[in-house]
Amino acid sequence: MQHTTEYTPVFTGEHRKRLDEILQRYPTKRAALLPAIWIVQETNGWVSDEAMAEVAEVLALTPAYVKGVVTFYTMYHQHPVGKTFVQICTTTPCNLCGAEDVVAAFLQHAGCEELGATSPDGKFTVIEVECLGACGFATPVMMNDDFIEDVTAEKVPDLVKQYS
Amino acid sequence: MGYPHKSHGKETVVLSQYFGDPEARSHAGWVKRGGYKALENALSMEPAEIIDVVKASGLRGRGGAGFPAGLKWSFMPKEKKKPHYLCCNADESEPGTFKDREIMRWTPHALIEGCAIAQYAIQAEITYIYIRGEFTEPLRIMQAAIDEAYDQGVLGPNAMGSGKRLDMYIHRGAGAYICGEETALMNSIEGRRGNPRIRPPFPAASGVFGNPTTINNVETLTAVSHILNRGAGWYKDLSLSNPKSTGTKLLSVCGHVQKPGNYEVTMGFPLGELLHDLAGGMRPGRMLKACAPGGSSVPLLNKEETEECLLDYEGCVEKGTMLGSGGVIVYDDSADMVYQAMRLAKFYAHESCAQCTQCREGTAWTVRILERILAGEGTVKDLDLLLDLSREMTGRTICVLSDSCAAVVVSSIEKFHDEFEAYINGKKAPAIAKV
Repeated sequence: MQHTTEYTPVFTGEHRKRLDEILQRYPTKRAALLPAIWIVQETNGWVSDEAMAEVAEVLALTPAYVKGVVTFYTMYHQHPVGKTFVQICTTTPCNLCGAEDVVAAFLQHAGCEELGATSPDGKFTVIEVECLGACGFATPVMMNDDFIEDVTAEKVPDLVKQYS
Repeated sequence: MGYPHKSHGKETVVLSQYFGDPEARSHAGWVKRGGYKALENALSMEPAEIIDVVKASGLRGRGGAGFPAGLKWSFMPKEKKKPHYLCCNADESEPGTFKDREIMRWTPHALIEGCAIAQYAIQAEITYIYIRGEFTEPLRIMQAAIDEAYDQGVLGPNAMGSGKRLDMYIHRGAGAYICGEETALMNSIEGRRGNPRIRPPFPAASGVFGNPTTINNVETLTAVSHILNRGAGWYKDLSLSNPKSTGTKLLSVCGHVQKPGNYEVTMGFPLGELLHDLAGGMRPGRMLKACAPGGSSVPLLNKEETEECLLDYEGCVEKGTMLGSGGVIVYDDSADMVYQAMRLAKFYAHESCAQCTQCREGTAWTVRILERILAGEGTVKDLDLLLDLSREMTGRTICVLSDSCAAVVVSSIEKFHDEFEAYINGKKAPAIAKV
């Protein structure tokens, strides 16, 4: 997906400096690809085709190669998402502890029509994810970079309010 | 629920001693608790001596495979012709497992110390700690601890004043279960898609960037400083059943128990006791039905097998399963084993890297067939088809993701056959709408 307005390059100034530091850690330029895509996502909120082309250029790769990597990893957004991106774990241990009810509650209270869709007010995008690695604290939910443990359907209205 | 909670009297607290103690997170706090002594000692030893101690301790890989750690280290070339690397696998993603997360959250310097010792022992210039992208808090804490370790001279050009150089970097994942597979992890560090590689060559010959590499799990590396401090003999004696399984193991108990959390016990500890005494048993009025003792990828145990199983590498194999990563998933009698088999198969279908046909197609078809059964559209032939498919998915692919999916399906059908039949012969109402 492409930007609707003119694309502003990410790797100038501070970001360029940060990338240069990261490049020192590896013997190849290619190895800085995952960190570079993270910087793009932190800056723009998602990774557009233009951004992939820019990353390709700074790391001497092809845009197609970068896209191949972006599409492999589930945490990179290939389109804009809501202000708060909600990831709910629904894999087996959480499923046993009621994760599906948490998903239903989030969709309802955040006003999202379906999983993956952004609410009409642009505030939330809710998705199900596979194991978040906190099975003893079912159900873990990530709201942007905040990792929230022990979420039950009853706690969802408050969480939605807090992040609105 | 969870941490911080007081240790149970039956636990053997080694790695988890400072879980819940925020002071242990800082360099000063860690040193005050005896930290970095093992590293200081190690740097005055010959690398081969360290490897011998680890070999003698009997320490085996805690990530899942249980390969002897010292032996793995000894595969690295003695004569250094190319750069060597250490990778620390902190891509903890195996459903049911959440122990490495606690190690990194509470005792980041314990992991740094273990990595530094291993790095020196295998003569590596760099350690890459690969942390899964979703672990935002462990990542923050680990980065702060590494920065502090550099500032305090633990790492850097003159590590602990030894004149030796040790560098350590975090590489953040971006959402892919398969990157916990060692060669996929290396591809991911190199900036590639996380596809597992065909072996040989093994990592000790050609790992990350084509150079000799050792890769160990967080828990394995964290145990190393304790072994150096207290001796291989002490560690070897921590064994309740089979002498081939030594030390302590962090077990992440989750699912249908009253007190889920991490429990550290001596190898060979009874699984039944772990569930009933330490983890608080089942919810009121509920009975144990099934258990996966080593994460989602190991065959399920039924109630009787669970009660008899001893938690070490051999004890689990004796019951037809594996100790794996130590993620203990508990199912009580309210669990629908057909639905859960489908949910787990969905996990594997989602996480398949799609390189191998048997895995890409096999996991997806397993989900479809199980959904058909759950929708009341299944036939008896579908069970044979699932078993047949699972056979074709076992031992035929580059990595074992496909095998894991098959193990779950086969053990579910074998041990909970009645539940599958109930959907097929209409005795149980469909659980999902027609697909």
